[in-house]
Order: sequence, then C-alpha cells, then structure tokens
Amino acid sequence: MMLYLLRRLAAVIPIMFGLACLVFFLLHLIPGDPVEVMLGEAAHPAEKEALRRALGLHLPLHTQLWHYVQGLVMFDFGTSIFSGRPILDILLERLPATIELGVAALAVAVMMAVPFGVLAAVRHKTVIDFGAMGFSLLGMSIPNFWLGPLLILIGAVWLGWFPVSGREGWRSLILPALTLGVSMAAILSRMVRSSLLEVIREDYIRTARAKGLAEWTVIVRHGLRTALLPVLTLLGLQLGALLSGAVITETIFAWPGIGSLTVEAIQRRDYPVVQAAVLWISFLYVVVNAFTDVLYAWLDPRVRTEESP
Amino acid sequence: MRSWVPLAIVLVWGGVAIVAPLLPLDPDRIELSSILAGPSAHHWLGFDELGRSIGDRLIIGARTSFVVAVCVVSATLLVGSAIGIGAAYWGGWIDRFVVWAIDLVLAFPGLLLAIVLAGMLGPGIDNVVLALSCVGWVGYARLARAQVLMLKHREHVVAARALGATPTRIMWQHLLPLISAPLLVEASFGVAGVIVGEAGLSFLGLGVQPPSASWGSMIRDGTRYMLVAPHVVLAPGLALMLVVLAVNLLGDQLRDWLDVKTKTVIKA
Repeated sequence: MMLYLLRRLAAVIPIMFGLACLVFFLLHLIPGDPVEVMLGEAAHPAEKEALRRALGLHLPLHTQLWHYVQGLVMFDFGTSIFSGRPILDILLERLPATIELGVAALAVAVMMAVPFGVLAAVRHKTVIDFGAMGFSLLGMSIPNFWLGPLLILIGAVWLGWFPVSGREGWRSLILPALTLGVSMAAILSRMVRSSLLEVIREDYIRTARAKGLAEWTVIVRHGLRTALLPVLTLLGLQLGALLSGAVITETIFAWPGIGSLTVEAIQRRDYPVVQAAVLWISFLYVVVNAFTDVLYAWLDPRVRTEESP
Repeated sequence: MRSWVPLAIVLVWGGVAIVAPLLPLDPDRIELSSILAGPSAHHWLGFDELGRSIGDRLIIGARTSFVVAVCVVSATLLVGSAIGIGAAYWGGWIDRFVVWAIDLVLAFPGLLLAIVLAGMLGPGIDNVVLALSCVGWVGYARLARAQVLMLKHREHVVAARALGATPTRIMWQHLLPLISAPLLVEASFGVAGVIVGEAGLSFLGLGVQPPSASWGSMIRDGTRYMLVAPHVVLAPGLALMLVVLAVNLLGDQLRDWLDVKTKTVIKA
C-alpha cells in the first residue's frame, strides 16, 4: 500500500514539471511584445525596459525557463504587475475562498446525487427513475453561467433569501455552491444509479435479503458501499470540471477566490498572476486526483494488487 | 422526450445558422425607443439593453456557436484520432510522448486551459476556435489510442502487415473503420462541450467581440439588466440549454444506434 502511494505520488512530479513548462510558454504565446501588451504601447521606454528586466524577458529562453522553474520550487511566483505585491501573498489570500466554495459544491453534489441515484435505481423503470434521470439530464445541460444568474434572479431578487454576490456569512455561499454543484450532481447521480443497478443483481445482495434484512439496510449497508467505489473515481475526475467551473462561478458571484482572480488578471493583462493562478488550480487538481486514486486503492484492495508486479 | 425532438432541435439550430446570412436580419440596429422592451407581437423576444432585437441576435448567436462547433469538432476529431492511432500503432517513444502530452493537457481542469489560451491570444472567434481545439484533441487521441491498442494484434491487422501493407494503409483501411463508431459518438458529445465552451469564453469576455453576437456574451450583457428585464438573459440561456440538451440526447441515440459500449476502455 505504501509502495502504491509513493508510486502514485511520484507520477505527479513529471506532470507538474510539464505543467510549469507549459504555463511558462503561455506568456510567449501573446502575439507581439508581451511587455507592450501589458503596459500599453504609450508606456515610457524606460518603464518597458524595467518590466522586461523584472520578468527576465531579455534573457535567452532556456535561462528564463530555468529561472522560472527555480522560482517555483522556492515558492517564488514573482510580483503582480497590477498591484506590485508578491503573487504568493495574493494567492494565499484567495485560496481559502476557493477551497470553501469547492468543498461546499462537492457537498451539494454528493447530497443531491446519492439520494437521487439510489431512488432511481431502487425504483428502476418507474416514474421516479425517469423523473430523476430527466432532472439529471437537465442538470448536465444547463451551463453554470446561466444557472448562476437564474439562481440570483430567483433566490436573491425574487425571494430575497440570499445575497446577490460577495462572500459574507454562510448565506452568501449557498447560491454559488448550488451553481457549481448541480452539474456534478447530475453526472454523479447517473453513475450512482447505474453502479447500484449492477450491484443489486449480485449474489451477496440476494443473501442479505434472504437473511431477512430490511430492504433499506440491504441497499445502504450492502449495496451502496460497493456501488460508491466507481463513483469515487468519477468524483476525482469531475473535480476538474468543478475547479474550472469555479472560474466562471466565482466571476458571476464576485466570490474572492483564485478563479475570479484568474479572470481579473486576464482582463488587467497581469500575466504573471494569470500564470501563477493557473498553475495553482492545476496543481490542486493533479494532487487531489492522485489522492483519489490512493483512496480508491485503500478502499478496494483489488486495485493495488493488480498494480503491483 | 420523443426521439425526433432532439434531432429537430439540432436541425433547426444548424439550419438557422447556415441560412442566417440570407435572412432579413438586423442584429446591430439600435431602436432607442425600445431599450429593454419586453416581447411583443412583432418582436417575440423583445429588445436588449441597447435596443437591439434579441430574436435577430439569437440567430446570429446560433451561427457563432454552430461555426465554432463545426470547426473545432472537425479539426480536433481529425488531428486527435490521427495522433491517437499513430501513437498506438507505432508505440515506443512516440507513444510515450503522446501519452505524456495527453496527461499534461488533462492536468488542466476542464476549460481552464482554453480560458487562459483565449486570454493570452486575445479575443476573437479564430482564437476561440484555436483555444478550444488545443484542449479538445485530447479526448479523441486517448480514445483512438486505446481502441487501436486493443485492435492492433487482431488477425486481420497481422495478416495485412504480413502481406506487406504500408502502415498508412493499415491504419486507414484496417483500423480506422473499426474505431470510427466510438469516435463519432465521442464527437457528438464533443459538439455539446464546444458549444458550452464557446459560450463560456464569450461569457467571460474572451470570445466573440461586440457588436457580433454569441449566446454567452448575450447572457453576460443581460445579467446586468436582469432585475429590470429578465427576458434579456432568459432567451439566450434557454436557447443554449435546449441545443446542448438536444445534442446530448442525440449523442445518446447515436451511441445506442451504433451499439457502442459505454465502458470501452478506462485507462490504457
């Protein structure tokens, strides 16, 4: 198990290095001179030269890359062109909000998906099943940048229950978490349903029933426990959609996280901040995915025995 | 939903998008007297915050999403499958490099890479296509690679190689036909992803630039006036959701029809 954990975590390193390189080259994708794009053509030549030197753009490309990766290892992400503050400080300031939103959305997704999926599977091919799956299809097709404004309209404007935007108190968390969690709930509920449908045909479920256990005990204690394993993998993969969805959702609700920081930085042409924010979100995703795999191996011994030679 | 409804919705979307230039539309005409006016007999969908007809702009938006979807899906399907087939067929360092590149792109969660690429390249429809394509090829490459890995030791492939067929011929004639069904199903779902992607980029202001219309930018502009005129944001959102829903349902139907197993290959 320990070996599996180490191997899975070691696989993260080349991906992180690749990510860093790719993100470094993003700056060079900007058409024309990045310094001119950031400061505007009218900027003073001395000012341009200063920024060029600060970003190290006067050095050869491989030296720049080396400095960049070196900086990353030392947690030095450079300084923001817009505010002049160290980027690490800005990111650390914004990180809690993103994690809070992500966890809340995940909770929304799981709390919606499991009951929906279980109900649909238990009442297979009934109105409840079709209803739940229709709802899930709807949830999968509604883009979060439309769902968000819609929820604001209903929950904040018409009902007046929640604030329109910002991050103050638990009330302000509800609408963004719903916006972000619904599409994930839709996908997960389908997975819970199909996975549970497969499991409840197994022999040990028949045994459990034959023992005279209550139907709900059979479903929850015996069925759901096995059925949730593949759901866990999907959960890890869906986290990507969640994180990139956070970019849009945070922007809609003016939620002060890394996602909205990315969009603000793009609009201000503060490219070092864009690079760092993207890198952080991707690192978060890669690490969480690795941990999902490890958790999966821990829960299902078959995975790690297959993996070891 | 009845089985022909999704097809009808997609056909209307595509049809309207194709004939849009021939229609008597005036998406940029400003009528100051009807700013944010609600739906009426003449203008079913009302007017936006500048007094432009929402119906006309919705059609132009349909064209935008259709053009982007067709360009991105055809480009990524072609390039992605070619890369995936080649990697699996030749194996060795080519395969290792392709797998690494795929993992790398997948390490960016969802649309994030496209958002940043579009942000760096600057706004405009061509950059939207480029950004979404850079992200989109991965799915096809991974699928094609996994499929070819399963197929390349089949007898007919071995026989073709023994008969001296060139790699190109084997890939084109003996492998591609066998994997085209799952690739097509993947592409049909890809259309939905690209539609949402384009609208999302435009929503963030990184896509199509004004005065041209996209459903995403219409939603963004509409949200500012949501309190006084909800119809401005409801119309493009509903259109977007209906088309995405229809494309997803159509993809489901196509999968059943072509009899592609859902769980083809999980990870190679």
